[in-house]
Amino acid sequence: MSQAPTPVRFKGTDTYLTHESLQAAVNCALTLQRPLLVKGEPGTGKTLLAEAIAEALGHRLITWHVKSTTRAQDGLYVYDTVQRLYDSRFNDGDVRDIRKYIRQGPLGEAFSSPERVVLLIDEVDKADLEFPNDLLHELDRMRFRVTETGDEVVAKHRPVVVITSNNEKELPDAFLRRCVFHFIDFPDAELMRRIVGVHHPGLDSALSEQALKVFYELRSFTRLRKKPSTSELIDWIAVLKAQGVNDIKLDEQLPFLGALLKKEQDLVSVAEAFGRGRRPRA
Amino acid sequence: MFLPFFYELRRRGLKVGAQEALALAGALRAGLHDSHLDGFYHVARALLVHSETQLDAFDQAFLAHFQGVESASLELTQELLNWLEEARERPDLIPEEVALLEQLDPEEIRRLFEERLREQKERHDGGNRWVGTGGTSPFGNNGFGREGIRVGGGAGNRQGRALMQAGARKYAGYRDDVVLDTRQMAVALRKLRAFARDGAPDELDVDESIAATARNAGELEVVTRPPRRPNTRVVLAMDVGGSMDPYAALVSRLFSVASQATHFKELRTYYFHNCVYGKLYATPQLTGGITVPELVAQVGRHHKLVMVGDASMAPYELSIRTDAQGHYKTDGLEGLTWLMQLAQHFERNVWLNPEPMGTWRTGTISVIARIFPMFALTVEGLGEAVTHLTRGRTVRGAAARR
Repeated sequence: MSQAPTPVRFKGTDTYLTHESLQAAVNCALTLQRPLLVKGEPGTGKTLLAEAIAEALGHRLITWHVKSTTRAQDGLYVYDTVQRLYDSRFNDGDVRDIRKYIRQGPLGEAFSSPERVVLLIDEVDKADLEFPNDLLHELDRMRFRVTETGDEVVAKHRPVVVITSNNEKELPDAFLRRCVFHFIDFPDAELMRRIVGVHHPGLDSALSEQALKVFYELRSFTRLRKKPSTSELIDWIAVLKAQGVNDIKLDEQLPFLGALLKKEQDLVSVAEAFGRGRRPRA
Repeated sequence: MFLPFFYELRRRGLKVGAQEALALAGALRAGLHDSHLDGFYHVARALLVHSETQLDAFDQAFLAHFQGVESASLELTQELLNWLEEARERPDLIPEEVALLEQLDPEEIRRLFEERLREQKERHDGGNRWVGTGGTSPFGNNGFGREGIRVGGGAGNRQGRALMQAGARKYAGYRDDVVLDTRQMAVALRKLRAFARDGAPDELDVDESIAATARNAGELEVVTRPPRRPNTRVVLAMDVGGSMDPYAALVSRLFSVASQATHFKELRTYYFHNCVYGKLYATPQLTGGITVPELVAQVGRHHKLVMVGDASMAPYELSIRTDAQGHYKTDGLEGLTWLMQLAQHFERNVWLNPEPMGTWRTGTISVIARIFPMFALTVEGLGEAVTHLTRGRTVRGAAARR
């Protein structure tokens, strides 16, 4: 652990506000050179965290968006067999050099980068159950071998690895053990006020107070299938600003509700509750 | 030195081990905690907790272990606390005086506080400089300083924030052994999926293509195979009415999640009351449906059977004899026998019980638990049940550890 210590402390950036527990988690990950696993409600800024870290430390950001079909191998390198087959069939180019047909994945790119980078493995839970297990060794040792050529790719500088999860699947214990874990809480009203201030500087304070009030009222509405999140609030305020709305009340006629609520049933149930003049159940 | 804390955590079900201990030691050596209980709380939480379901247990352990440490860390002498013990009431100030009281920024206050602590040698009450009670200095308690450090007599000083945060138990809602919200259920059920290759061959099989091409003396031969598709079939049956009413909301959530899940090839949902008497019904009003012999004939042994119910009833209800249509017949089969038929047909079956586990040893629950592997209707229990359904391998009793 003594190699390449990072005295740099992460404190958030101008546009990314953090809580001290999040800072502690990021700093643990930086110092111990372990991957940082971030969980939390959708829209609480998990992905943005990696960008903020990259910005704060001045490193390049490499993003790996995980999909349901992604395999761990894709992150390391892809051996384009079919291309090589076709090339051999039609005599296009030199097929003897396997290296020509090996393309590095995001993880391989991060390892072989000459300077330290931030690697974001986004939504790791989207992939198959075995996916995180397959990455254990590579993330631990920060090296892997290209079996086709026998070359070993070793990280010159251990990248800062940020992994986000939306909790759609449980992650294996062995994987969790190697990570620094942080659960991003939903921001309280005070932090939210600051977040809104960062994204919409110079916003009329009366409007922002009203918007926040409506937002938290909606969130406390238990019948919602999907609660509005930070990013949705920020979008909503952007729409309000663009349309020159400067007075909002929590009632039937809430402007641009579609920016906050994404499910039809939610829109219906909110309209119902306010249509009959009832207060939402808190 | 934090080893006792580790055992406290393990006692509360957090599986922390040597790896975590080393990581924490490394972090502390690097000074990440800023020699602060606050900092220690955040660092320890980041390294020792691996899932939001464990946050609450961590908070509780932290609270139990470090309760009372906070004041000692500032070397507050017992004497000082004694001075503050009998707080002297100060006569009310007029509002103008209150407004005059200086407001310092937190850093300044902290610096001053430590300075005063070093200087102060005796008891002070009602003054405006020393640590005491009823005064206007920013330190002490029962005083009028607008912003300052409260010493003793209540919720500690700045060091107490970690304990306050731990004490707030913000994460109680994420514990995996209590609540089941729809999302958590969906997560648990997702593990039930399994795949099989089925349907039109439209996926390139690289290995086979290479092999076929090689056999074909280098002439390219592309081999395709069908893509992987979900292959899990589930039969879900739920007890309705009577003693199940308190759990109706919980169970209906489970049903809605199961029916929304897209990763089942087939899902059949049925209802019964108390015990199965020859027939499983299509609606909660116990109409329509299918008889047990029909069900057994229609669905294969590889369907996974999930029974949901409290399994609590009058003992005689297990031995009511009925025919397959659910009518009383003295020569029919007992309720218990119908259950056994189901359990025998389906290779993988579970019974999810919303009743607390402590009550499972007695009455009809214990009888039914001998027929079906029984799991608690919590996130943890559901997870174990799903593991049992998929692999037949379970860590029974893990849910009872707390």
